[in-house]
Amino acid sequence: MFKQVSSPHAHSPAKTAWVMQQVCLALLPGLAVLTWFYGWGNLINTLLAILFALGFEATIVALRKRPIVFYLSDFSAVVTAMLLALTIPPYAPWWVTLIGVFFAIPVAKHLYGGMGFNPFNPAMVGYVVLLISFPVQMVEWPAPKTMTELPGFAEALGFIFLGTHPVDGVTAATALDLVKQNNSLILDQLWEQAPQFSTASFVAAGAEWVNIAFLLGGVYLLTRRLYTWHAPVAMLATIFVLSSLFYDGGSSASKGSPLFHLFTGGTMLGAFFIITDPVSGCTSNRGRLIFGAGVGLLVFVIRAWGNYPDAIAFGVLLMNFAAPVIDYYTLPRVYGHDKRTNVRIHKE
Amino acid sequence: MTEKLAQHIQTTQIWDIPGGIHPPENKVQSLRNPIIEAPLPAQVILPLAMHIGAPAEPLVQVGDKVKTGQVVAVPKGLVSASIHSSVSGTVTAIEDHSLAHPSGMSGPCILIESDGKDDWVDLSPVTNYREVEPAELIEIIRNAGLAGMGGAGFPTAVKLQPMHSINTLILNGSECEPYITADHALMRERAEDIIQGALLLAYIVGEPEQILIGLEDNKPDAIEALHQAIESLGDSRLKLRVFPTKYPSGGEKQIIQILTGKEVKSGGLPADLGILVQNIGSAVAAWDAVTLGKPLISRVTTLTGEALGAQNNYLVRIGTPVADLLELAQIDKDKSDRIVVGGPMMGFTLLDDQVPVTKITNCLLVPSQKELSPPPPAQACIRCGLCAEACPASLLPQQLFWYAQVEDQDKLRDYSLFDCIECGACAYVCPSSIPLVQYYRAAKGDIREAEREKIKSDHARLRFEARKERLEQEAKEREAKRKARMEAAKAKQASSEGAGTDDMVAAAMARAKKTNENPEEAKQKLERQKSTFEERIQSTEEKIANAETDEIEAKFSAQLKNTQKKLEGIQEKLNSLTAQTNVPETNSEPAKDAATEAIERAKQKSEALVNMSEGEKLKSTLESLRSRRDKAAEKLAQAEAAEADTVDALRTGLDKLEQKILATEKQIADLGEY
Repeated sequence: MFKQVSSPHAHSPAKTAWVMQQVCLALLPGLAVLTWFYGWGNLINTLLAILFALGFEATIVALRKRPIVFYLSDFSAVVTAMLLALTIPPYAPWWVTLIGVFFAIPVAKHLYGGMGFNPFNPAMVGYVVLLISFPVQMVEWPAPKTMTELPGFAEALGFIFLGTHPVDGVTAATALDLVKQNNSLILDQLWEQAPQFSTASFVAAGAEWVNIAFLLGGVYLLTRRLYTWHAPVAMLATIFVLSSLFYDGGSSASKGSPLFHLFTGGTMLGAFFIITDPVSGCTSNRGRLIFGAGVGLLVFVIRAWGNYPDAIAFGVLLMNFAAPVIDYYTLPRVYGHDKRTNVRIHKE
Repeated sequence: MTEKLAQHIQTTQIWDIPGGIHPPENKVQSLRNPIIEAPLPAQVILPLAMHIGAPAEPLVQVGDKVKTGQVVAVPKGLVSASIHSSVSGTVTAIEDHSLAHPSGMSGPCILIESDGKDDWVDLSPVTNYREVEPAELIEIIRNAGLAGMGGAGFPTAVKLQPMHSINTLILNGSECEPYITADHALMRERAEDIIQGALLLAYIVGEPEQILIGLEDNKPDAIEALHQAIESLGDSRLKLRVFPTKYPSGGEKQIIQILTGKEVKSGGLPADLGILVQNIGSAVAAWDAVTLGKPLISRVTTLTGEALGAQNNYLVRIGTPVADLLELAQIDKDKSDRIVVGGPMMGFTLLDDQVPVTKITNCLLVPSQKELSPPPPAQACIRCGLCAEACPASLLPQQLFWYAQVEDQDKLRDYSLFDCIECGACAYVCPSSIPLVQYYRAAKGDIREAEREKIKSDHARLRFEARKERLEQEAKEREAKRKARMEAAKAKQASSEGAGTDDMVAAAMARAKKTNENPEEAKQKLERQKSTFEERIQSTEEKIANAETDEIEAKFSAQLKNTQKKLEGIQEKLNSLTAQTNVPETNSEPAKDAATEAIERAKQKSEALVNMSEGEKLKSTLESLRSRRDKAAEKLAQAEAAEADTVDALRTGLDKLEQKILATEKQIADLGEY
């Protein structure tokens, strides 16, 4: 009697845990740049979020009577925690992170059936819950290193764990806020007056380098073939086209230049780390193009005319709703068939 | 590789297939040496079904002496292939033997013990095949037992008689599975025979416009050899096509797409496109069969994997037990983890190493545990889509997986499950180690099973409806007849109405007289009564036989006597009537005799029954039931022939008898078990 195994007998070495680890790795440059421009806050938040995420994951897995180590070692909770932590303002109190992770892991992921079954991106669910519930804490982004002295490590711990409030001057309006609220200055004047722009290397102080770091991380993941180019390129192209259309020559009614939109806020993080989430996104390449373009459209519309300065999370969640329908209409043409797969609706 | 060749390769047009993967090739291990001829096996096991289609029919008997190359089994039906002895020796058995099959199943085999002499039959080669009719060549190939050597084992002769005219012959030299090098070795050693074989096949299928020989760029020595062979033969239709190495380029549908850019319609055949694909091994086998007269009794098999000391390509006699070959390749049993027939992507594992090598066994892979470790436990699907990227048929493997899990057969069909070629690319790339192909195979099996069930139930429904219709029709006809009779009676009554009551009395008297005057009718009536009583006697006998207590038996015996008396009375009446009507004695005598005999028989039986054991009683009952059944069947047949109204009643009676017989048989069987 010899061992019975079903084919294939060979397997690619790339496993889910490895994929997730690669994503974590690709996030590190962005985290480093954030820490460089905004101080220790993001790093502390990230570690805290990972800790909370693993705790929640282990609890839920135990409640579901599944092997804990097996599930924790897929690293998916770590990825979710990192993505969420990178979107929370650096000096937000610890409980903000805790609540965010709670909504991301137990609610958005496990209540829907756990890994692979969540229709919505868990990190974005956590972020949106926080943004709506705790607007004060969630908009207090500190001024970047170019504008002000950064709080030290001990001070940062104090902000996060003791709830000491960052004094004015430490926090400042973000570049997206400034452009949104501007209705009297032409962009060139705004650029000269506001330190967020005047101290910047090319777009908005801090944000531009953070975006470049995430772009690099994303390109790394593309080269490792962890996802295809379709969704990110579609999203960035849509933002580029729309912002070009509404640039208006940099007048006071301008919605900002294409470069500005591509390199501020969460654009690159969203394009390469959020909308590429396979679980909540589309499955075919054509579907991914539509999905990415949809996110790009929503992001620009909300940035330009909505109530929120940035809109990656809203864009992604709204498109998560649409993903199954997009999938339905974008099935590939199977070998030997004239038409694309036609999936009928079967009635009972 | 010469510059000219390299240039040629670069300039020819090829197409890409969607998806595909690049698993580690692991081909060098078995390519270090030329093909080695394996020693003659002591015994060969020749399965009667080495090909797709009907199993062959044995021609030999146990004890027969056979020579190498002698036909031992002939094709049965159109899609089938001959089987030849691969050694000379003695047929030792024709019996079921375990086969190289994923299920580990057994099948009928001819076992031949070798005498070690390898004494061949006389071969009849064809010197110039162009002087022979293609149909005759097909017959030669059919008799040589050729079946597709790429893996499917479809009888070559059948494939050479396509329904459409062939404009492109493709020789499939792509060996995309990792580890396997049997075709590669054949191409570098017998390139000229392959090309000659290609021309032969082209002649058979009506000289197609082009003959494409396709293989991957990871076989430079084979490319070189084939190129030289083509140059030397100088047929402008021969074209070498080299394409980038990618799994699964060697699939029939895939190589067609790569070489022609065309796709075989779902559910269709390459011949619909005017294309015929043959494996290079089949081309060589066809060449040998025609020009040497040699039947297919050996093939090249790759023996590879870290657990083997001598990884190589071997020329192996068909029917050689796998264990012999592994021994030859110096298997390290401690190191070996499993035995795979075929490659690591689509091969299956063996339960037992006593199974034989067949016409389609291109590789035996014995990896070590470390070399091809079993996949880790499956994790949840993260919808990463790597499977869809890898699928050469552009299917959506994760959707298929999803619907296979919930057994949604409609959706599986919508997502074209049956276009899946089970290449395993999706399962290879799956980061969550989900055994996708296993799910698809199981789902396909379930759907096929459901389809069979559906056909069956549809058939039953049709039959039921037809029967219902027939019965209704018969009822209608009966009703119509009845009405007609009533009408006739009414008309008759109406005509005699005017005659008055006196007449009615007269009519009654006349009827009575007529009865008296017509002893024939009275006789018939008596005979009917007689047969009724005879039947009653039989049934009572049965009851006696089945009686559980003595009391009941006694009761029935009394009844029997009663009935017998009545029967005697009837017989007497009948006799007197016969005498009265002056019917010749000869007619009444046998009747009398028959009746008396029946009574005698019944008496004897009832006496015998008392002394019989339970089993014997049941047996005698069964016999009587059977004879009654036969009689009833006869009656029914007569009634049916005469279209009598009694058909239904008779049929019901017959059914009941059948049931009784079954019940009695069961009783006997139950009794036998005690």
